[in-house]
Amino acid sequence: MKSNNNTIFWEDERVDGADKVNGKAKYAAEHSLPNMAYAVFVTSTIAKGSIKNIDTSKALAMPGVLDVIYYANCPSVPGYISNAAERPKNAMEWRGHKVLHDNKVRFFGQPIALVVADSFESANAAIRFVKAEHAPESFDTNFDKARLDAKNLKTNSNYKRGTEKKFKEAFAFVESEFNIPIEVHNAMELFATIAHWEGDDKVTLYDKTQGPKSTQFTVSRTFGIPDKNVRVIAENVGGAFGSGLRSWANVPAACIAAKKLNRPVKLVLTRPQMFSLVGYRPQSWQKLGIGADAAGNFVGISHEAITNTSRYEDFREGIVDASKFLYACENVDTKYQLLPLDLSTPVWMRGPGEASGCFALESAIDELSYKLKMDPIELRLKNYTTINPENKLPFSDINLKDCYTYGINKIGWKNRPTVPGSLKENGMLIGYGMAVGIFGAGKGSASVRIVLSNDGKILLECGVSDMGPGTTTAMTILASEAMQMPIQKIKFKLGDSDLPPGPSQGGSGTTSTVGSAVDLACKTLQQKLKEISIKSAPVFAGMNGEALEVKNEMVISKSDANIKMAIVDVLKLANQDKIDLTITSNGKNAAQLKFTSNSFSAHFVKLGVNPKDGTIKILQVVTTGDAGKIISPKTARSQMLGGVVGGIGMALSEKLEIDHKTGQIINASFGGYHVPLHSHIPPTDVWFVNKPDPNINDIGAKGIGEIALIGLAAAITNAVYNATGKRVRDLPITPEKLGYKSKV
Amino acid sequence: MKPCFQQDGRRSFLKKSTALVALYLTPSVFVKAFAVDTIVPMPIPKEKLIITINGKKLNLEIDARTTLLNLLREELAFTGTKKGCEMGQCGACTIHINGKRTKSCMQLALTHQNNKITTIEGLSEGEKLHPMQAAFIKHDAFQCGYCTSGQIMSAVTCVREGNAKSRASIQAYMDTNICRCGAYQNIVDAIAEVAKTGVKI
Repeated sequence: MKSNNNTIFWEDERVDGADKVNGKAKYAAEHSLPNMAYAVFVTSTIAKGSIKNIDTSKALAMPGVLDVIYYANCPSVPGYISNAAERPKNAMEWRGHKVLHDNKVRFFGQPIALVVADSFESANAAIRFVKAEHAPESFDTNFDKARLDAKNLKTNSNYKRGTEKKFKEAFAFVESEFNIPIEVHNAMELFATIAHWEGDDKVTLYDKTQGPKSTQFTVSRTFGIPDKNVRVIAENVGGAFGSGLRSWANVPAACIAAKKLNRPVKLVLTRPQMFSLVGYRPQSWQKLGIGADAAGNFVGISHEAITNTSRYEDFREGIVDASKFLYACENVDTKYQLLPLDLSTPVWMRGPGEASGCFALESAIDELSYKLKMDPIELRLKNYTTINPENKLPFSDINLKDCYTYGINKIGWKNRPTVPGSLKENGMLIGYGMAVGIFGAGKGSASVRIVLSNDGKILLECGVSDMGPGTTTAMTILASEAMQMPIQKIKFKLGDSDLPPGPSQGGSGTTSTVGSAVDLACKTLQQKLKEISIKSAPVFAGMNGEALEVKNEMVISKSDANIKMAIVDVLKLANQDKIDLTITSNGKNAAQLKFTSNSFSAHFVKLGVNPKDGTIKILQVVTTGDAGKIISPKTARSQMLGGVVGGIGMALSEKLEIDHKTGQIINASFGGYHVPLHSHIPPTDVWFVNKPDPNINDIGAKGIGEIALIGLAAAITNAVYNATGKRVRDLPITPEKLGYKSKV
Repeated sequence: MKPCFQQDGRRSFLKKSTALVALYLTPSVFVKAFAVDTIVPMPIPKEKLIITINGKKLNLEIDARTTLLNLLREELAFTGTKKGCEMGQCGACTIHINGKRTKSCMQLALTHQNNKITTIEGLSEGEKLHPMQAAFIKHDAFQCGYCTSGQIMSAVTCVREGNAKSRASIQAYMDTNICRCGAYQNIVDAIAEVAKTGVKI
């Protein structure tokens, strides 16, 4: 809550909260259209090869079944044409697996046919009667084996400053390997698309996406139709964590079916399909070497990484990036390679590559601190930098030291044993650990429409989406502050590609990018109001715009507060029923480009390890964020809490299991893939520096979505080492990795 | 491989329950008719169902294969009840049947003749939110909102059935409901507060 001139402008509750607690908020699959048909994917039961034939006759004979669409009867799709010369001019090639297009199987569980029926029950009942005859080919899904053969690897990018492998010459150094398995986003809402062709070249989609505009672009280019003829609606998104940053097979498949059957089609993925069709955090192997002089100054960092991708697309992320600039170090070299496997394509998952990379970097620094007999926080402070050592630009703002100070006190760092395994409480081995997270803080371009109507209410619109962080709330708060008026009179609308273009929600960039546009829109509206006031209202006659201010729903003279007029009266006097403006806020300006911008986090963990069976109980987490001004404190806190939960899953339980004999994912359900539950979550404190970053944008805010998770897993493994003396470098931590026998 | 969490009872329950529901959701008529690879086209079996939803008695004729979840979402437009896994593992579809919390994806609608169903839409009275709904807003006990209906339905019975005595007992009762955004701490805060007020819910 914030008061300004004794006026409370906003409560800190989510503005869309009521709709979410009473079931009114509608997600993609929850729309219903007249004459809508239901579609369900049939998926491959081999990992690689081709399909010789698909017998659809039995499925087609089932009651209610309308069609079985597969490569032999799939209508042509402009974006499926590989040869650019043959492709219609306004079409672009679909990126990724062209679903229902050919008879090739590229991964286990790939959709090979789509059953469409007049009810979900009929479609679902028919899928098991679609019989495919496969011609299997040899395949490889085994990352751990395949990465050992250099022939399998694609070099992606190398980087060097100073001397390569310099860390080996240092007074003390460590060199360790780290493994992180495939993790799956598993948002609670299943991916879904409803496609409705309203004309031969005009389609409306209800889709689960983090970017209505990017989905609009993908669909218009894939089907070779004008952008304006594609409308994508995603008013509510039930979590996505990166998986909604691109369109997957469900989008073209629903469009194809709806077009072929000439009726709206709803296609909802199943939970098992959520494990293989909508991306995942790639498996990674990393080797990190780091060395320091006797005083703790870093001498060199070498970071090598391999992540998997599919055979049909390259997916890369910033796995080695933080090692280049989080700490002061003259000699840094990184090497990043991709390993194509017969799996579907990975995609960014919360914290993306930086989460994997910081696990290695922050674990290795902890390891080094024990070699140096130095406190790990002291070691980090020793190498603290306010200038990005990679591009030599100053950070626009960095207050990590404040995060350390807060965390040290709150977690009780002074109780941390300097000798691992030496502290016991209630029969448990107790350990303390901490780690740092860093992520880029961008500012892109976005357009916002602002409408002030003659009832004094303001409507703001932007084609961004809100997958849960509270964008709608944060933007409404921003407008409320900028306009100095009550939040109840402001509405922010998003989740529709018909709205002015906004970014996809991702990369922790929404608040900075869209927030800057909202701020600019409000300032532009205030300017316009002043102009109209001077022109139309006699009380302001002859005054200069700079002599006026807009607040408390009034236009007021700065020098004499008695000279004022309600904004609704200004509109009335000017004979205008509304002011309707659309503005565009661009990326960073020249002054802002003189800095490099990042958000930072420091996570502190206290945990207990049961010495009898190696099970871990996290006792307390303190998570701190340095991300500029916090626009919406309540939802920001929730986002940080969510990052902790995600990090606990990454550290302790999440791992996709593949049977390398068949290529099949064998734990594609919540029963097999273990995400954290209520009981696994310790009391967690959230703290923000909450200081506007003066150099990133006008609002001083940076993103927190990624830093909430980045570093958390290392904080946990560091605490486990502190508790037990066992260093776990392969996630997730299991009792076996701590030397205990499995009970299974 | 066993996860490192201390409590594991629910995991094995989940695995067993999945196998059970697979059997349960395949009506015997289909198992017989579609044995192995043979198929006999047949009209979709329609059956009568009398059921009370949020206080309103309905006379329906439904596809015998319909789960309670799909009946609510696809036929009756009660989309507040969410589909998260269709395996009884995530809790997003939690509703009350005769006052008891139940995962609606695991229930064939026809097995609920004359039963009284309460969904999230039936919890509030018009615009007036149920105390648990209000507490969820106050404590920001959700982010994306997708698991929220199920969390709230479980939260209500958690308090009603006397399971909200401590944070640990709330957590244990609520382990049936997954929240991937990670609002767990806030959810427990909301439940604990409602329990503390002693308001009848």
